[in-house]
Amino acid sequence: MPEVTYLEALRDGLAEEMARDERVFVLGEDVGAYGGAFKVTEGFQRRFGAERVIDTPIAETAIVGTAAGAAHMGFRPVCEMQFIDFISCAYSILTNYVATARYRAGLPTPMVVRGPAGGYVRGGPFHSQNPEAAFLHTPGLKIVAPATARDAKGLIKAAIRDDDPVLYFEHKYLYRRIKEELPEGEEILTPIGQARTAREGRDLSILTWSAMLWKSLEAAETLEREDGLSVEVIDLRTLLPLDDAAIVAAVKRTNRVLIVHEDTRTGGVAGEITARINELAFEWLDAPVKRICAHDVPLPYAPTLEDFVLPQVGDIVKGCRWLAAY
Amino acid sequence: MGSDQPIPAGLSRAQLHELYYFMRLTRSLEEKLVNLYRQTKVIGGLFRSLGQEADAVGSAYALDRSKGDILSPLIRNLGSMLVQGATPVEVLRQYMAKAESPTRGRELNIHFNDLQRGFIGQISHLGDMVPVMAGITLSFQMRREPRVGLVYVGDGAMSTGAFHEGMNFAAVQKLPLVVIAENNGYAYSTPLDRQTAVKFLVEKAAGYGVPGEQADGNDVIAVYQVTRKAVERARSGGGVTLIELLTYRRKGHAEHDNQSYVPPGELEEWARNDPIDRYVARLTEAGWAEPAELAAIDARIASELDAAVSACENEPLPEPLSSLDEVLAEPPRAELEWYRRLDA
Repeated sequence: MPEVTYLEALRDGLAEEMARDERVFVLGEDVGAYGGAFKVTEGFQRRFGAERVIDTPIAETAIVGTAAGAAHMGFRPVCEMQFIDFISCAYSILTNYVATARYRAGLPTPMVVRGPAGGYVRGGPFHSQNPEAAFLHTPGLKIVAPATARDAKGLIKAAIRDDDPVLYFEHKYLYRRIKEELPEGEEILTPIGQARTAREGRDLSILTWSAMLWKSLEAAETLEREDGLSVEVIDLRTLLPLDDAAIVAAVKRTNRVLIVHEDTRTGGVAGEITARINELAFEWLDAPVKRICAHDVPLPYAPTLEDFVLPQVGDIVKGCRWLAAY
Repeated sequence: MGSDQPIPAGLSRAQLHELYYFMRLTRSLEEKLVNLYRQTKVIGGLFRSLGQEADAVGSAYALDRSKGDILSPLIRNLGSMLVQGATPVEVLRQYMAKAESPTRGRELNIHFNDLQRGFIGQISHLGDMVPVMAGITLSFQMRREPRVGLVYVGDGAMSTGAFHEGMNFAAVQKLPLVVIAENNGYAYSTPLDRQTAVKFLVEKAAGYGVPGEQADGNDVIAVYQVTRKAVERARSGGGVTLIELLTYRRKGHAEHDNQSYVPPGELEEWARNDPIDRYVARLTEAGWAEPAELAAIDARIASELDAAVSACENEPLPEPLSSLDEVLAEPPRAELEWYRRLDA
């Protein structure tokens, strides 16, 4: 089995969908001749033609709005945000137009908005964001955030086939650092709305996604080695709709939950997950739900500052020890 | 009559009568709605297009429904939707939030759509429909379909970023899109000279590298002619045209607006330039319609509207639980489950 990076898996998934379904096309800034800022669509224009790999002006509202119009007409557009930070430029049309189209007007809008999210790359406040919480509050959208190469591929394919608008947040730190052997010739589809147990454990559960999965797994190894703790790690993979069943099952299994996300704390997705645990499984808890998140500041780029602000393995280890001792 | 003048723009006598029908239908339907509004039967605001019927009807009439053209109306383009086949009973149900309304009581007034008939539902965020119509016309272009899109913007919508982004992208891609800029003098209470530093909206066409046209928006035949030219240009691969229609909003933004900001004399001046009065005079003077023919159309509209009101006036409002469905194609049903859990 060939080893592919997270980025290659995403690229392969996108190319497979374009090859199997002529309704799929790509639009975004520099995605065509240049192949995208991170080369996700490298070679696509040669292979699929300029009409299906469209270079757009620097205009995120136009990219998303155009995709919506084409989606109403039966196409399945995939929009690239050059950095996911710029999705905020299209926030209004995504939340007001796209997300409401089915509900208010019966207009199907099967489209994907994808782009590189996340920090740990010294990118500063405008090239490191994790915007999931800004959209979690919008009925009518779905949000996925893969952590593995398999899910990078499986979720882009599922997102394109989904009949509703899906935001696909890929992590740029994982692009070339994560590799996995993926079988050739097997169709990989990751169902939207289903979490995955990434590591089994009995003493406490970490709920996480995207790049934080890898830091959580590292923390779990450390805790097993140094503390003899058995830590379960759940990769949520989809943030909207949340997999309530998997979350509740984890609470019932270990009775102690740590939520780890890279986004800032206040108003982050961990708050929503905590509220759901309170409503659905409060009596199963042996300790308060604990969060490890970024500090509530715009992300600075100096290595010392970024490392301090973003969650690190040591922070997760500390959080787990606090929970285990509670 | 032997002294009839030749009919311009390749229109037939029957088509001239149809233009009159749609303009009069627009006005009479809105007058019906005013009555219902005063009886507190309308849910939400009531938006009039008094004095702008010619711009909506004449421009929409230039599209070809048999070819699958699609338009995107604004709040003062009820007439354009009627031309595309929206029915008075749909509009009445919308304004009264009936269960059977096209949006099932979800989104107000004329914000509803039917892509088969060729009109898409707008949202309140002005400008957004320009990129959306760019996408719809991109789909025509990609499928090599000889279809055209038309999107209305106003002097207010043209100040938005979404308008600029959509217009620029449509121009770059040479999409088959006609952009109608309705210059009706006001965006809510804000006059044109507080909205833009250009004297005429058509001047903005140059900034996008597209042709600009301007016409008297209260002359339905002039509106039809200028739009028809742009539609044919779009259909033959010539790309985007920006058309400014000069007209005037004779009522406030909505029924509650007392128009205190309008200078004295302005409303009276524009009342003398009423598009329907002007059209009736032209039709009869040119020998294109007998007064009796127009009276018969008026009578037909009156009975159609009476029938539409009685068909839906007493219909029920939507069931509360219907508010939870069709957020997504395959709903996770979580909302319904939360509700039932609390209810139990």
